[in-house]
Amino acid sequence: MADLELRQVVKDFGNLRVIHGIDLKIDHGEFIVFVGPSGCGKSTLLRMIAGLEEISGGDVMIDGQVVNDMPAARRELAMVFQSYALYPHMSVRKNLAFGLETMKVPKPEIERQVKQAADILQINELLDRKPGQLSGGQRQRVAIGRAIVREPRIFLFDEPLSNLDAELRMQMRVEINRLHRRLGSTMVFVTHDQVEAMTLADRIVVLRAGRVEQVGSPLELYNKPDNIFVAGFLGSPRMNFLPGTVDRVEGHRGEILLAGGQRLTTEFSAPPKAGEAVTIGVRPEDLVPVPETDAVLIGEVTIAEQLGGETYVYVTLPDGQSATVEIKGQARVRPGDRLHLAFEDGKFHIFGSDEKVIRRT
Amino acid sequence: MFLLPWLIGFFGLTLGPTLASLYLSFTDYDLLTSPRWSGLENYEYAFFHDRRLGNALSVTFTYVLWSVPLKLTVALLLAMVLDRSVRGVAFYRATFYLPSLLGASVAIAVLWRQIFGAQGLVNQMLFLLTGMKGPAWVAHPDYALTTLIVLAIWQFGSPMIIFLAGLRQVPQDLYEAASMDGASGWRQFRKITLPLLAPVIFFNLVFQTIEAFKAFTQAYIVSGGQGGPVDSTLFYSLYLYEEAFANFRMGYASALAWLLLVIIAIFTAIAFATSKYWVYYEDEGR
Ligand SMILES: Nc1ncnc2c1ncn2[C@@H]1O[C@H](COP(=O)(O)OP(=O)(O)O)[C@@H](O)[C@H]1O
Ligand SMILES: [Mg+2]
Repeated sequence: MADLELRQVVKDFGNLRVIHGIDLKIDHGEFIVFVGPSGCGKSTLLRMIAGLEEISGGDVMIDGQVVNDMPAARRELAMVFQSYALYPHMSVRKNLAFGLETMKVPKPEIERQVKQAADILQINELLDRKPGQLSGGQRQRVAIGRAIVREPRIFLFDEPLSNLDAELRMQMRVEINRLHRRLGSTMVFVTHDQVEAMTLADRIVVLRAGRVEQVGSPLELYNKPDNIFVAGFLGSPRMNFLPGTVDRVEGHRGEILLAGGQRLTTEFSAPPKAGEAVTIGVRPEDLVPVPETDAVLIGEVTIAEQLGGETYVYVTLPDGQSATVEIKGQARVRPGDRLHLAFEDGKFHIFGSDEKVIRRT
Repeated sequence: MFLLPWLIGFFGLTLGPTLASLYLSFTDYDLLTSPRWSGLENYEYAFFHDRRLGNALSVTFTYVLWSVPLKLTVALLLAMVLDRSVRGVAFYRATFYLPSLLGASVAIAVLWRQIFGAQGLVNQMLFLLTGMKGPAWVAHPDYALTTLIVLAIWQFGSPMIIFLAGLRQVPQDLYEAASMDGASGWRQFRKITLPLLAPVIFFNLVFQTIEAFKAFTQAYIVSGGQGGPVDSTLFYSLYLYEEAFANFRMGYASALAWLLLVIIAIFTAIAFATSKYWVYYEDEGR
């Protein structure tokens, strides 16, 4: 168990800066997820924490100690790799024991720890096999087992589930969750999958092009995104973004003209200037069918996807934009139908021309 | 049918002479008169009476036992340095390979004689540095073989290139995983590099050993074809050559050739038999 702090951490590959000064504090026992599109620097950041990548600037601190120059082998962290990186020539048992043998732990103690990890991950039957004889899911378990056995100060995961099929992925997600509750260790988990981020994290760190966009609990980020990027990245189906123009501003109140011609009166947390182009963000589940007189938007149904428990309706708005509407249950809509829509309980976000939020739900 | 050219080549150029030499090994044959059947006489002489053969075997075994491990060690070390430092710089690698190609050639062996001769480069350096007068390395029975072993080690190029290719096959993330597991560089080398490289080491070992048993060119040039001084560089193949083309005992030379073949075969068999204890193959999943 340990806490972790990043201070103005920078990474350059040659002339290319891929991490632009990241600050972050992670507490004892927290489950932190780095999420962001591919290439945004998640792995690089994780590997800098691990000690596998040199730190070009700033400090990485574990338990208050700067570890910038401490080699990976001495940081007492464990990492689960996307490729699993199991030692192909060793049995599963040897794979699990390798770290402990390195530390010269007595044999009986190693056996006990290996057995315990194997119990937790239910890989007892696999102990004498070689990695080459295991399925993807089994390899993943062994890779996690290898991390557990070491009782590391911090667990690091680099997209450990991305090579598994959907069902196995969900199963492992649940198991990693359970593991975290059981061990209570600090864990840093990298993924590009927002569902993994939402379901696993105590706090999510949204990264984009080597910068932190927002840090917060999954629901904080979902309900109160700071900017269009975060709003669009979390949530499936994606948030709808509708263009609009600020028509009038009086103090914190104002009126927005939507591209379809409708008007929207609202309050701003950070008032824009009149005439500024803004973006209205509304989640599919907050866009609800209403009687014609209450309508903010009118859309023509293009496709209705029936998922049984809910229906995703894709509509085209008068200005040609499309939007997604999520309706609970099995909605009776057909392509060509006209839907009158409004924002549920004023649940919409407005983002200024700089993409930052100027009105929260 | 497309095998035909190969078959003709195999029987005409390989199998034919091989069988012919097997036959000749049971005869007396001096190239001038026709072969005369002598039964096991040649083998009997080789096993029980031939002092020079005993010496040749001893020289050859010494040469094999020293040159092969040392050459492979040097090749592996250099391959690791190359693998780590200059990823993807082809030219640099080629320059490392060059001395080996040259070393194999006759020219370098002649050069070697100059370098290690009584007035050679080495001794001039030695004199300049220490004031000592060095021996004529290749002309002195105590040093001639050592010199040839050094020359052999110098030809580390081809095993090095093979090692380098093998090192490239070891996934980088295994080393990363091992360092996360707290393993030092040495432990990573022993527990990951060596076992994963075992098939390549095995190949190099067998191949280089066979090559060393057959070593000929350098000793021939350096010793002027005599295996001297005082038979100290009388390699097996050199002795065989002498018997065949200096003394014209073709029958006996054929018997010697077959003995060498058997020795090499025995060694190779041992290597293969023990390999299952130390060579891990990826697809085997033991
Ligand atoms: N060894 C490297 N050399 C040069 N550029 C690299 C290296 N590793 C990563 N990068 C670059 O750094 C950026 C971030 O990479 P990475 O951390 O792997 O992204 P992510 O894990 O978020 O997909 C990418 O643009 C990638 O091309
Ligand atoms: Mg990555």
